[in-house]
Amino acid sequence: MSKNGNGGNGNGKNNGPLRVVGKPFRKVDARQKCTGQTKFADDIVLPRMLHCKMLRSHEPHAVIKNIDVSKALAVPGVHAVITGRDLPIPYGILPVSQDEHPLCVDRVRFIGDPVAAVAAVDEDTAFDAMNLIEVEYERLQTITSIEEGVMISEPRIHEYGDHGNVHKNVSLEFGDLDEGFAEADLIREDVLFYEGNTHLPMEQHAALAHFDPDGKLTLWSSTQTPHYVHRALAKTLGLPASHIRVIATPNGGGFGGKSDPFNHEIVVSKLSMMTGRPVKIALTREEVFYCHRGRHPVLMKVRTGVKKDGAITAMDFQSFLDGGAYGSYGVASTFYTGALQTVTYKVPRYKFRGARVFTNKPPCGPKRGHGTPQPRFALEVHLDKIAEELRLDPAEIRLNHLAPPDSVTANYLRIGSMGLGKCIEKVVEGSDWKNKFSGWDRDNRKLAQGKGIGIACSSYICGAGLPIYWNSMPHSGVQLRLDRQGGVCVQCGSTDIGQGSDSILAYIVAEVLGIDPFDIRVVTADTDLTPVDLGSYSSRVTLMTGNAALQAAERARELLTIAVAEKLSVPIENLSFAERRVFDVENPETGVTFAEAVVLAESKFGTIGTVGSYTPPRSPGKFKGAGVGPSPAYSYSAAVAEVDVDAETGIVTVERVWIGHDIGRSINPVLVMGQVEGSVYMGLGEALMEEMTYRANRNVVHKFPSLLEYKSPTTLEMCDVVTYLVEDADPNGPFGAKEVGQGPLLPVPPAIANAVYDAVGVRIDEVPITPEKVLAALRDKAKGKEPRYGPKSVPDIDWPQPLKVLTPDEGGDGREMPRVAVHS
Amino acid sequence: MTERIKQKAHIEFRLNDETVEVAFAPHKTLLEVLREDLNLTGTKHGCELGECGTCTVLLDGRAVLSCLVLGLDAEARSVTTIEGMAEEGRLHPLQDTFADLGAAQCGYCTPGFLLVAKELLEANPAPTRDEIKDALAGNLCRCTGYIKIYEAVELAAARMRGEEALPAKEIIYGYE
Amino acid sequence: MMRLPKFSYRVPQEIRDAVRMMADSGPAGQFVAGGTDLYPNMKRRQQTPKTVISVTRLRELNQITGDGQKGLVIGAGVSLTDVCEHAVINRDYPFVAAAARTISTPILRNMGTIGGNLLLDTRCNYYDQNYEWRKGINFCMKKDGEICWVAPGSRKCWAVQSSDLVPLMVAIGARVRLASTLGERMVDAAGLYNDDGIDYLHKRPEELLVDIHLPPTNGWRATYKKLRRRGAFDFPVLGIAARVDLDESGVVRDAKLIMGGVAPAPMEVRDAQAALIGGPMDAERMERAAEVCYTKARPLDNTDFLMYWRKAMARPFVLRALEELKRQ
Repeated sequence: MSKNGNGGNGNGKNNGPLRVVGKPFRKVDARQKCTGQTKFADDIVLPRMLHCKMLRSHEPHAVIKNIDVSKALAVPGVHAVITGRDLPIPYGILPVSQDEHPLCVDRVRFIGDPVAAVAAVDEDTAFDAMNLIEVEYERLQTITSIEEGVMISEPRIHEYGDHGNVHKNVSLEFGDLDEGFAEADLIREDVLFYEGNTHLPMEQHAALAHFDPDGKLTLWSSTQTPHYVHRALAKTLGLPASHIRVIATPNGGGFGGKSDPFNHEIVVSKLSMMTGRPVKIALTREEVFYCHRGRHPVLMKVRTGVKKDGAITAMDFQSFLDGGAYGSYGVASTFYTGALQTVTYKVPRYKFRGARVFTNKPPCGPKRGHGTPQPRFALEVHLDKIAEELRLDPAEIRLNHLAPPDSVTANYLRIGSMGLGKCIEKVVEGSDWKNKFSGWDRDNRKLAQGKGIGIACSSYICGAGLPIYWNSMPHSGVQLRLDRQGGVCVQCGSTDIGQGSDSILAYIVAEVLGIDPFDIRVVTADTDLTPVDLGSYSSRVTLMTGNAALQAAERARELLTIAVAEKLSVPIENLSFAERRVFDVENPETGVTFAEAVVLAESKFGTIGTVGSYTPPRSPGKFKGAGVGPSPAYSYSAAVAEVDVDAETGIVTVERVWIGHDIGRSINPVLVMGQVEGSVYMGLGEALMEEMTYRANRNVVHKFPSLLEYKSPTTLEMCDVVTYLVEDADPNGPFGAKEVGQGPLLPVPPAIANAVYDAVGVRIDEVPITPEKVLAALRDKAKGKEPRYGPKSVPDIDWPQPLKVLTPDEGGDGREMPRVAVHS
Repeated sequence: MTERIKQKAHIEFRLNDETVEVAFAPHKTLLEVLREDLNLTGTKHGCELGECGTCTVLLDGRAVLSCLVLGLDAEARSVTTIEGMAEEGRLHPLQDTFADLGAAQCGYCTPGFLLVAKELLEANPAPTRDEIKDALAGNLCRCTGYIKIYEAVELAAARMRGEEALPAKEIIYGYE
Repeated sequence: MMRLPKFSYRVPQEIRDAVRMMADSGPAGQFVAGGTDLYPNMKRRQQTPKTVISVTRLRELNQITGDGQKGLVIGAGVSLTDVCEHAVINRDYPFVAAAARTISTPILRNMGTIGGNLLLDTRCNYYDQNYEWRKGINFCMKKDGEICWVAPGSRKCWAVQSSDLVPLMVAIGARVRLASTLGERMVDAAGLYNDDGIDYLHKRPEELLVDIHLPPTNGWRATYKKLRRRGAFDFPVLGIAARVDLDESGVVRDAKLIMGGVAPAPMEVRDAQAALIGGPMDAERMERAAEVCYTKARPLDNTDFLMYWRKAMARPFVLRALEELKRQ
């Protein structure tokens, strides 16, 4: 019998070899997806369904003086038209940023902000009616950049925030930085920029609401976070949460872009309540760009002190985030740009300052890697430059100064398993690094002209340690129901966005109960039928739902074990579950089928249902701001990129990426491989071509809200990928598993930037690394100027007094030090 | 304001090897007719402007974007959608290998990829990796990085040639 | 979902019916072949024809006849895939097949036609946008507005010639046959294009492009180089079509250098041609030709990439085109 019934540390140790975990099973929904039978949100049709279109602002910043919907209402086939007045209660994903309205009430803040919505018999009619709505605007000055956000305090885009248009301004200091810098042999400072980009899921967001005659609302939506949508609906619609059911349909790609509650979800719900008919909206691609919540553009300055051998003595990191028009996850994003610098290499003293500004653009939020690819890019390029100054091999400088496993960082993140060293060794060996990297000697290069190689590493959380709204309940719950026919149904609020989270539940339950994963019915992401899981974000699902599923399955197994042991008169500890049987390990022919075992248990205990839940361990950090960064475990990745740079054009071709990922343990290796390869793909796109850019001098329009002009790599741009999975089981992960959905993206952009430098000797200190930038830097180099393209400085800003925390090494307890009055 | 269309067009065509009749507003695209008038929602859409490949169907055996074909143009022709790929309950070898190798992650672009891959393998039973890349260059996928898709096409091609092919170990477990 | 506006659809079987239907429709009529250019524009409400006349059933538009000795006639309705795969084209005009293979994607080439590509609407980042987006800038002169946002002082529209085949057809001296109710006429490809983003064709709207006549391949060689971000989907942001005619000693008898993607019309760079004519294809002459093209290229900020870089790329792309011709 398992001893891992407590969930928190359940790592699924069972007697006998693993039969499901670690095996390349098909996903439980693979056949549906390959036959066109998966029902995405826009595939659902209800009788008498109306169609919704939302009128969006064509002004980037304006006061709404008047809205006249009379012509739209007069169109035959139109059933309702609503404006911001119909939905006055604000919402937002974070409790501290309740700054959105389903439809703008008196102010629009970016082109694309919705102001009115129509429900009509078909989409054509809704579209025609939408275009008859007349809105009178009074323009306001626009805020279009980080610099303007810092400099221009009036007009304020929002009436809340730290000051002016600075939404959030934070400063944290861990340990004595001056002492750290004084110990350094070399202090280096770099300024880098990471352009914003967007998720671009192939499925455009869609939602269908049905308010039934009994006063219950059901919403089907392509959301990654049905639980948070549920809360937002209850708040904005004034309905009891118990009367609302949110069903997250399979997401046709998410990547973080479907993690906020969205205005269109609330709007169709309201329209359904008003009309008594189902109401659907399917956004156009352009509207998906306006939903955004993608990667924040971040300007960064990093200053690091190192010893001659590359050991870091202190690091001072500043980030400036262009947040767009709303809060979204932005406060968390801001902290994330400063959180994970410390978990890869030992950073004994660390300071972070971050500022997020509001601008008149679609809101930024969490995209794959949430707030960490930008500082990771800065840190890894910066470290490459340090390695060059110290004449150290960039692979070795990393390998020699890894953060130790089972340790607490300067900023109070508890590292458990730590497989980065193995990842580096794998990619160094696999890429033949030693025979390709020229040791900073430009005159004796090992690779051909124009070819270059670069390395970078990274780490990512396996689930946020804290929920988005404060509570002490579990982050993930699983309910398991076993019936007398031998059927097993696992129910969980988690949402499959293509990563295979539904399958993970089945694999884990199947492993524990000794049945086939395809015997199991998986019911997920339905707030009426499934216990809460916080959602598919922060790479939390495998670890958290996996642990919850493990607990539920072990509890069920325990009930079955007792009943079967009694029936067979064998000791409990002798019973094993495998191949749909429960049997005596000493006399394997003595046993019952799994279905018989359920009958025995049901006869003995009544209906068999068990629950499992998971709450992450408490973080050692107790200071304000300690909520972002802690995680039950950290995944690690290392990547080597080999590139070809055409010096005449500046065009960079990434030929191959070798990537090692510390997965802890693969629940299903083929799905892990898919996540690694997909992450490399997305990192490649961000590194070379993807960007959300606006024409500030043309009314702040998005330059190209289309799939044609937002450049997503095709098969012809995708590089070869050589993947190594490093399995260093983490005690907090189910069967030792850690995340893989986001982490492997992180090392790709800096590895490419470092490889470009190796190839042609120019530093491109911002992504995307476009040919224009490479060519500009090459021309500067030819003229004897600094061979670099990138930002030169960061804006002047009044940082708040830093919140000071002694590091664990300094004897700190994770609490803020009392502020001491400074005498002049 | 646009005047209400009162007349629907009425056509007959071959759809997944069955003859169908359907009536629809004449300005509708094949994508809209399939999804809305024939309830075949396996054909997805990502832009409706010909910029992503998601809505691909086969028209007389050739891959086309259903978002840019009028429903009227299907008249008397043959259309294959994802729903028509499996024959008599048996998955097409491509569907099998896509499922086995996780080439369908979110699954949204998958119908388009499968149909283009089917068109490719019918013309070229042993495509090289570069030929596969060229053939699939008009379909965007954001999940997979395309690699599992190439591997699935290669594996299916081998099986369709009658080889008893299994995926290489590194496809599933990575390199050692 | 982006949907088409309402329109009436006609599918004539004969050219004479097609041109008559068009004449009857007046300015609200529009021919369509593959639909890959027109329908997205209609969905974005850039074009809103009341009558759309399909030319897909016109038999004459779907033929390829002739060869490199006699010259080749390609029906305007031939799909780009068929152009890419046609045996005679690959044998005698491989540069035409190669250029066609660079167009958009395999699926779009299955749909799009050579005629449609030659008549492709000019493109611009301020114009190829949804109605709602264009409203944000109060529209542009090409559709619904007054101003050219690319060059606000300009009285002319600067939308860009974005077809891959146009520069090549101009360079090799192709001719096209146009039909209308008034009869037929042959026009040099070079004479078909007008350097204005709105009024970009010297073709009356009611004229139907019937076929394209490629000249015999008696000795000259040609190529096309395309600049774009991705290997698929993307329109050219610079296209270099080059043709040279060498005598036995390798002296350039005649040369054509046509730049696409940098202006509303394909741009013939006469000074660059002059730099090549009368001498061998040596490095100095080729570099001089490339330099002239670079000087003449004046791309504006209305496509992918920064305009200065697109301009700078004229030099290496012309050089690469000429080097390839030299090697052929």
